[in-house]
Amino acid sequence: MKWEVVIGLEVHVQLNTVSKIFSGASTAFGAEPNTQASLVELALPGVLPVMNKAVVDKSIRLGLALDATINQKNIFARKNYFYPDLPKGYQISQMELPIIEHGKLSILVGEEEKVIRVTRAHMEEDAGKSLHEDFHGLSGIDLNRAGTPLLEVVSEPDMRSPEEAVAYAKALHTLVTWLGICDGNMQEGSFRVDANVSVRPFGQAEFGTRREIKNLNSFRFLEQAIKYEIQWQIDTIEDGGKIQQATVLFDPDSGETRMMRSKEDAHDYRYFPDPDLLPVRISQAQIDATRADMPELPGQMKARFVEAFGVSAYDAALLTSSLAQAQYFEAVAAATGQGKLAANWVNGEIAARLNRDGLDIAGCPIGTGRLAGLIVRIADGTLSNKLAKQVFDALWESELGADAIIERDGLKQVSDVGAIEKMVEEAIAANPKAVEEFRAGKEKALNALAGQVMKASKGKANPAQVQDILKQKLAQA
Amino acid sequence: MINATLKQLSQQLATGQVSAVELANAYLGRIEALNPALNAFITVDREKTLAEALAADARRAAGQAGLLTGVPIAHKDIFCQQGWKTSCGSKMLDNFISPYSAHVIEQCQAAGLVTLGRANMDEFAMGSSNENSFYGAVKNPWDVNAIPGGSSGGSAAAVAARLAPVATATDTGGSIRQPASHCGVTGIKPTYGVVSRFGMVAYASSLDQGGVMAQTAEDCALMLNVMAGFDERDSTSLERAREDYARDLAQPLAGLRVGLPREYFADGLAADVGRIIDNAVSELKKLGAEVVEVSLPNTQLSIPAYYVIAPAEASANLSRFDGVRYGHRADEYKDLVDMYEKSRAEGFGSEVKRRIMVGTYVLSHGYYDAYYIKAQKIRRLIANDFAAAFAGCDVILGPVAPTAAFNLGEKSGDPVQMYLSDIYTLSVNLAGLPAMSVPAGFADNGRPVGLQIIGNYFGEAKMLNVAHQFQQVTDWHSKAPAL
Repeated sequence: MKWEVVIGLEVHVQLNTVSKIFSGASTAFGAEPNTQASLVELALPGVLPVMNKAVVDKSIRLGLALDATINQKNIFARKNYFYPDLPKGYQISQMELPIIEHGKLSILVGEEEKVIRVTRAHMEEDAGKSLHEDFHGLSGIDLNRAGTPLLEVVSEPDMRSPEEAVAYAKALHTLVTWLGICDGNMQEGSFRVDANVSVRPFGQAEFGTRREIKNLNSFRFLEQAIKYEIQWQIDTIEDGGKIQQATVLFDPDSGETRMMRSKEDAHDYRYFPDPDLLPVRISQAQIDATRADMPELPGQMKARFVEAFGVSAYDAALLTSSLAQAQYFEAVAAATGQGKLAANWVNGEIAARLNRDGLDIAGCPIGTGRLAGLIVRIADGTLSNKLAKQVFDALWESELGADAIIERDGLKQVSDVGAIEKMVEEAIAANPKAVEEFRAGKEKALNALAGQVMKASKGKANPAQVQDILKQKLAQA
Repeated sequence: MINATLKQLSQQLATGQVSAVELANAYLGRIEALNPALNAFITVDREKTLAEALAADARRAAGQAGLLTGVPIAHKDIFCQQGWKTSCGSKMLDNFISPYSAHVIEQCQAAGLVTLGRANMDEFAMGSSNENSFYGAVKNPWDVNAIPGGSSGGSAAAVAARLAPVATATDTGGSIRQPASHCGVTGIKPTYGVVSRFGMVAYASSLDQGGVMAQTAEDCALMLNVMAGFDERDSTSLERAREDYARDLAQPLAGLRVGLPREYFADGLAADVGRIIDNAVSELKKLGAEVVEVSLPNTQLSIPAYYVIAPAEASANLSRFDGVRYGHRADEYKDLVDMYEKSRAEGFGSEVKRRIMVGTYVLSHGYYDAYYIKAQKIRRLIANDFAAAFAGCDVILGPVAPTAAFNLGEKSGDPVQMYLSDIYTLSVNLAGLPAMSVPAGFADNGRPVGLQIIGNYFGEAKMLNVAHQFQQVTDWHSKAPAL
């Protein structure tokens, strides 16, 4: 049977506020345990939550970027359950009336664009951490993370493959870092993904029973976990089994998912409006002011790159995968007037080299000015692609500019017609066999001859000119 | 001295007739003598009290005394107070020394009031008789066989027995007014949001409100001036201009429209209590008040609505008492769940457990709409009833409780009977209105009976005006039990 995969994601986006969502305690990562737990995080008797307005501001930004409805009346609810890292015995979250509803985010899978619907996003507080390793036979509780503001972004089950799920997670990651509302650090848990996965026979309208994979903190794990889970579900069903609704964990070491709890032991969270917090009302004026203050978004910038620089939609999507990368590209394109070339280099050599060295664009050894210097020399014919790559290598390793490297290494392309004609004539004279083959209709023979010319020029001859002159000479003789 | 009002003590301190240390010693002596029989205090700490009194005298000597600097006060054991055990009447917090102070405590400290001790109360403010305290029942100073009322029974008994001239208290469903009535003292519960809840151990957050008990309405006004005010640490605290709650005390009552809700004088009201309220209304008429009948048709529904909403909120509010970070933890347990269960089973008393279970039930999947949402709708109806009534009157008068104080043990085995006795007080909390209890006479069994005055939102000054004028022509408030 052919199976269709259905995936929906719930992403916990940690908002990068200075203080916590309901207290003035710091949100900085990595402090000594419990040094950032105030009376409120400790949940002492009598303490009360007070809403951090910055959380609302940042949430509105995401709502606008997702082209979503911003609910002007927001209600906080208590989600009740007992756990040692949840000091109040309830988490303050939103149930009815979340701040964001009905958004959408477009993703690119291969060359295909697809719109994923965002059901809702709600504000809530993070829990603390239980530390089981450091204490013999005991568990420690660190409440530094407790009260850190989160936006839980819930998608519709619109994704049909692990690749789409990863593309959506990446697009959302790009968006929240682009907006500057989240530091995006997945190792530190600033962006955590839960994946709801089910399968159904192709053509079936109803969804299959889903299992939720919790707390995936890298795109790679997200992909691995979903792939494993899909296969497990298909195998289970094909072996005559049934999928039970459950929450599972992904073990990166084994690459497998394993059951954490079944639906039967699912909590009844007994949500009800938190009487300690008044409804947060957001005025239209505040929404309008935030809208006016929004940066150009990835989608808008992408469209502009296509329009202004003539790059392909695919290239534009890659260029706008982060704000830093988009800004890098734009600086190079604007300085050179060579949008397509700039796009090829940023998405090609630069991306590959950064990837090889484990760097991001902010750490790129070649600044925009030096890359522009290289592209100018390609555009004006000074450098062939081959020579350009040599210059690029030198740029990566040194502080010199492109012109200085060309000068130092004598890498100028030879475009002097007379010089090339001479080399072509020599090649024709030296390779009668190839000439004969070409004349007999073997097109490939031309390349062999061109190769000889390039070799003779030590790679500096303008390849397009070599081709032209070769054809010309062969036709004459 | 021991029968002096706050106002009188303030004058005596100002003129140097008495020092804060002398006052503190006098009250501490009385507490030592009488508290063993009354059990009004959970914690008394002579050293701490005298240190505060010394500081108050020093402040006065430095010319920095306020109106109430050096006046002793008892604090209900629900207000967190730095360095003091804050037990909330529970074994759960028997080992909890608060590392911080509630806004109410901070305000009292800033005014220079001297802490006499921590007043007994029903566990987590759940009760109408003060029999639910881990530290034992409080006795009514007028009759040690009678309950003092609850949950602020320790505060009421302390003021009635002159163990303190004034005491802080809280009111979630009548917990200031009912014990004030049963003990013959004056108590005020302000409009919800006037006194910050920061540092007040939460029972039912949308209903809890701090207030005060003293001998007179004037004393209550002076104390409210200290306790009220915006506090950014409580999101439900109201940001309003400061007001002088004593400003209207001397206003004549001519033309005052007094509403009598017919539902408050129907079946269930004891005849002797009814007579006392009638007499009080007559006194006010003599002062020029005009009486109008009003109706609060949903009064009966206040009991089920309250006993859904309050336990629901309590069930979540009390989840933090899990034995993990502070408070009682069972000595032995086999795993995490066992630790939770044992710690909570041992730490909470039966009424608290009952309300946690009721609250958990009404919030459960499948029951939420039928109970919690329905109760919230009733709450709205009750608020609407008051709005309609206040369209035709300035204050509403009635009894505080259907009977004078009942006997200790009389209703403790029957929670529903106990809940039904809250009929005249619950609506006020559900609507968020201010209300008072003012001594108005004695029942046939010799136990005190209070008159309830309910004001419109932010009508504290008006209520206090009515109570003060009533106290100018009656002397019920100045009567003290023979001890």
